[in-house]
Amino acid sequence: MTTVSLTVNGQSVTADVDPRTLLVQFLRENLRLTGTHVGCDTSQCGACVVHLNGQAVKSCTTLAVQANASVVTTIEGISQGGELHPMQAAFREHHGLQCGYCTPGMIMSAIDIVNRKGNALDEQTIRAELEGNLCRCTGYHNIVKAVAAGAEGMAQAPLQQAAE
Amino acid sequence: MYAFEYHRPTSVKEAAGLAGQAEDIKFLAGGHTLLPTMKLRLAGPANVIDLGQIAELRGIERAGDMITIGAMMKHAEVANSAEVKQAIPALAEMAELIGDPHVRNRGTIGGSIANNDPSADYPAACLALNATIITNQRKIAADDFFQGIFTTALEEGEIITQVSFPIPSQAAYTKFRNPASRYALVGVFVAKQADGVRVAVTGAGSNGVFRVKEMEQALSGNFAAEALDGVTVAESEMNSDIHADAAYRAHLVGVMARRAVQAAGARG
Repeated sequence: MTTVSLTVNGQSVTADVDPRTLLVQFLRENLRLTGTHVGCDTSQCGACVVHLNGQAVKSCTTLAVQANASVVTTIEGISQGGELHPMQAAFREHHGLQCGYCTPGMIMSAIDIVNRKGNALDEQTIRAELEGNLCRCTGYHNIVKAVAAGAEGMAQAPLQQAAE
Repeated sequence: MYAFEYHRPTSVKEAAGLAGQAEDIKFLAGGHTLLPTMKLRLAGPANVIDLGQIAELRGIERAGDMITIGAMMKHAEVANSAEVKQAIPALAEMAELIGDPHVRNRGTIGGSIANNDPSADYPAACLALNATIITNQRKIAADDFFQGIFTTALEEGEIITQVSFPIPSQAAYTKFRNPASRYALVGVFVAKQADGVRVAVTGAGSNGVFRVKEMEQALSGNFAAEALDGVTVAESEMNSDIHADAAYRAHLVGVMARRAVQAAGARG
């Protein structure tokens, strides 16, 4: 066993884990944060995307021990005071999901896109930047609309953006 | 994934010491090839030595006509580096074409080069730019480093610390991506230096990354796409699979090389 200490959604956690434990397993099974999903388990679909030290990564292809001393944010950690994060609200408003399985990863990726590319995103940029997130229901159309609207929403909610 | 012992050294010396003592080791860089391979149980090292906490493996530095990149620098860091974009924009653009944003936030230059996947992008950049691969033991010219599919000059326990790239006067990388995996079906990196032109191809060769000497000669005389008219690569040396047969790949090498020369020329 190896000891791992990290901050998850603002809370310090320490645990002894088998070194082969994936970050996504640690989040789901040790911390019971089951919002982060495992889709393909081969670093292609993006259902497992979380933020590691502020950057979007695939938690199915990261060991929990590699996240030692890091800051992790999951889909459970982005809403504030019972209010949906602007990106979550945009996905609901624009119906950017059907079954919802890919949605946590889509939203974590979308927030990362805004953090890197700003609040005014054109369709081409959004589609290119979402290449690591697969959705088998929607055909992406409403997801792209939701990301553009969520990006604008984040500009109008500076407190939440700073907190993330 | 089989169980393993995990080690987290904080210096190259400590990592090399661990590698010398422990049996059946693998170095873990970004983990985006090693971990999937371990999940499939195609690899099952007894000891995994994580290079992620070693500060001396990081950093990007320009000194004179060279750019030197730490082995643990991630693809996104190279793609967004102001120094790299200014000195070798083709290299930054190449890094931006690897995988997807999440992969680029984890995968590293050292890991890619050490793995020498026959469809990886960095081996073509290293070969075309005449890079030097610096390890904890020696300096290895790219021409000597890449020795065939998944095979390099690295000895057991040897650690890549940096990669040094001479800054070319003109360069470009063009990649025909497999639309599903984003790996190169064919990728061609063209670089013009004071002493001539180098052309390196990834994704296509049945023995991994390779240089095309005939193209280099033609372009050294006249650095223009037309100079490649009539210059072909041998179908018999191309990879052939369900994605593309050898004839298609051989043709694509020519197309990608012309586009790379045009792109390099357009950049001026």
